[in-house]
Amino acid sequence: MKIHEYQAKELFRKYQVPTPQGGVSNTVQGISEVAAGLGLPVAVKAQIHAGGRGKGGGVKVAKTSAEVKNAAEAILGMTLVTKQTGPEGRLVKTVLVEKGVAIKKEMYLSIVPDRSTATVTIIASQDGGMDIEEVAAKTPHRIIKVQVNPLIGIQSYHLRQVMFGLELDKVLMKEFSAILKNLYNLFVDYDCSLVEINPLIVTEENTIIALDAKMDVDSNALFRHPDVVAMHDPNEDDPAEAEAAKYNLNYINLDGNVGNMVNGAGLAMATMDIIKQAGAQPANFLDVGGGANAEMVENGFRIILSDSKVKGILINIFGGILRCDVLAQGVVQAAKKVQLSVPVVVRMEGTNVDEGRRILAESGLKLINATDLADAAKKVAEIVA
Amino acid sequence: MSIFVNSQTRVLVQGITGKEGQFHTQQCIAYGTKVVAGVTPGKGGMKMDAVPVFNTVKEAKDNTGANAAMILVPPPFAADAILEAVDAGIEVVVCITEGVPVTDMLKVKNYLASKNTRLIGPNCPGIITPGECKIGIMPGAIHTPGGPVGVVSRSGTLTYEVVHQLTQVGLGQTTCVGIGGDPVNGTGFIDCLKAFNADPATEAVVMVGEIGGNAEEEASAWIKANMKKPVVGFIAGLTAPPGRRMGHAGAIVSGGQGTAAAKIEAMQQCGLYVCQDLGSLGRLCKEVFS
Repeated sequence: MKIHEYQAKELFRKYQVPTPQGGVSNTVQGISEVAAGLGLPVAVKAQIHAGGRGKGGGVKVAKTSAEVKNAAEAILGMTLVTKQTGPEGRLVKTVLVEKGVAIKKEMYLSIVPDRSTATVTIIASQDGGMDIEEVAAKTPHRIIKVQVNPLIGIQSYHLRQVMFGLELDKVLMKEFSAILKNLYNLFVDYDCSLVEINPLIVTEENTIIALDAKMDVDSNALFRHPDVVAMHDPNEDDPAEAEAAKYNLNYINLDGNVGNMVNGAGLAMATMDIIKQAGAQPANFLDVGGGANAEMVENGFRIILSDSKVKGILINIFGGILRCDVLAQGVVQAAKKVQLSVPVVVRMEGTNVDEGRRILAESGLKLINATDLADAAKKVAEIVA
Repeated sequence: MSIFVNSQTRVLVQGITGKEGQFHTQQCIAYGTKVVAGVTPGKGGMKMDAVPVFNTVKEAKDNTGANAAMILVPPPFAADAILEAVDAGIEVVVCITEGVPVTDMLKVKNYLASKNTRLIGPNCPGIITPGECKIGIMPGAIHTPGGPVGVVSRSGTLTYEVVHQLTQVGLGQTTCVGIGGDPVNGTGFIDCLKAFNADPATEAVVMVGEIGGNAEEEASAWIKANMKKPVVGFIAGLTAPPGRRMGHAGAIVSGGQGTAAAKIEAMQQCGLYVCQDLGSLGRLCKEVFS
């Protein structure tokens, strides 16, 4: 679960990771008041869950109170498009105002779990303030990676590896060590999947400050972090995906016109792929789970049909412990309830499949039976062509 | 022959008295698995059907000689359950639970490095040696005993689909291992490939991967250097949008890393037979393995 920059910075301050003085507001007047309290100049920063805000016009520096007002009016309520939001962009409802700081040097610092080594990995670079993926691609020697065994935790030599790697000025080492150690503790305590500071700056006064803050908390660990759950901003959710989540359905909205409903994530991805290979485009990813029932199928139909681009639906269910005949009854019940407006191709396989197919055939519904996966993809692609 | 589990495997179930635990224990017993004990703290002395329940894994192992564990406990307790089984000296631990925090698994994985326990999962369907032993939630009936194909996969229902197609074209299975869809898991592709390579009954392997991480690339390189048997590979997620978690916690393309295209290319370069669309997997295996 992603949180906003201002929320991450609240946690940073709790862990003694220095951030600029600042405050949030969702009105133009409120922004001006925060700025007046801080003193000029200030940075006015749109709060959305996506990077690249500066380039998209979501971050402005204001030197006068008139500039503050202009920046606030420009940013509040704007639809901010960055390379991470997609073309539809994101509506800005909250703004962070921070006291301006004089930057001497910009660095990059992040902590992530590394899946292949099962370590907590610290990534740092002298080339802060830039797209780190670009730095990694063009100048990989400018990236430092230090792996920490989570059973041992962060040690002094890890800190030294990072600092000497960054060619950090010796007078800053004590301060940097404390910041990195605290950031590591924050990462571990909050079960993060990412903590990132870009840029981490050295000011003209020779202090170190986290100018930006990005935090992503492992959704599977939210049960131990009610304070993070309380930070959830529904404004950032896709409405259909949020609706699906209520029913424990795993749904991701995509651009195509073939809706699809599958039990199991791997099979769902493979089904999307085969739709594309048949010449059509998947409208979504929808995993109804290994043990789908009639109610889940019904909710799945509703969510798929809420997308007006959908011109046909493919249901692909592998009946294992959940028998095909039970599932077919669920599909029939659900289809009758939601009044299907588009053709539905059903491919089912597994336990009691013959009985399942009979139920579908005798339902009186316009369900198109497919013999196998390839056949199903071909049939649904023909429908939307 | 088979890998990791067989007719001699004696299984205890952690979380046996829960709804899922009861149901899947019954299914495993019906398949013929020797389930010798259950563990639910506070319910020691009870029985689940004919299976004696103990308070701790150690007690269950000492009393029944169990050498494998199936874990069906909620995610907040899964890492603790795995570690308890490891410290009790259980040889094969199969964790079905989905939703275990990554930070928990980072610790478990590093702890396991100094132990002899094999962990399968978490977030997996389990492992089955058809006709001998099923430790997991997969439908037993779709499998065919006797080999010659070994299956290793990161997915659940996708594995069932693969196994079903193998059975349809007349190819039985030695052992099918679901290694799980989480970013940090116990047994990996290479562990299974090594075991299949050494198993005389396994003549060929199907490896099913998906987007996220680089386990498939590493496994492909290992296959090129070491594998004596043909491997058919399949990767799910060609159409997955970057930056989105596709159901499984580990199925995510981030920063251009972990794409299906890169994995397929690695498989092709390392001499695997790549199945391009799932609909034709059974037929391809029949061609390659005959």
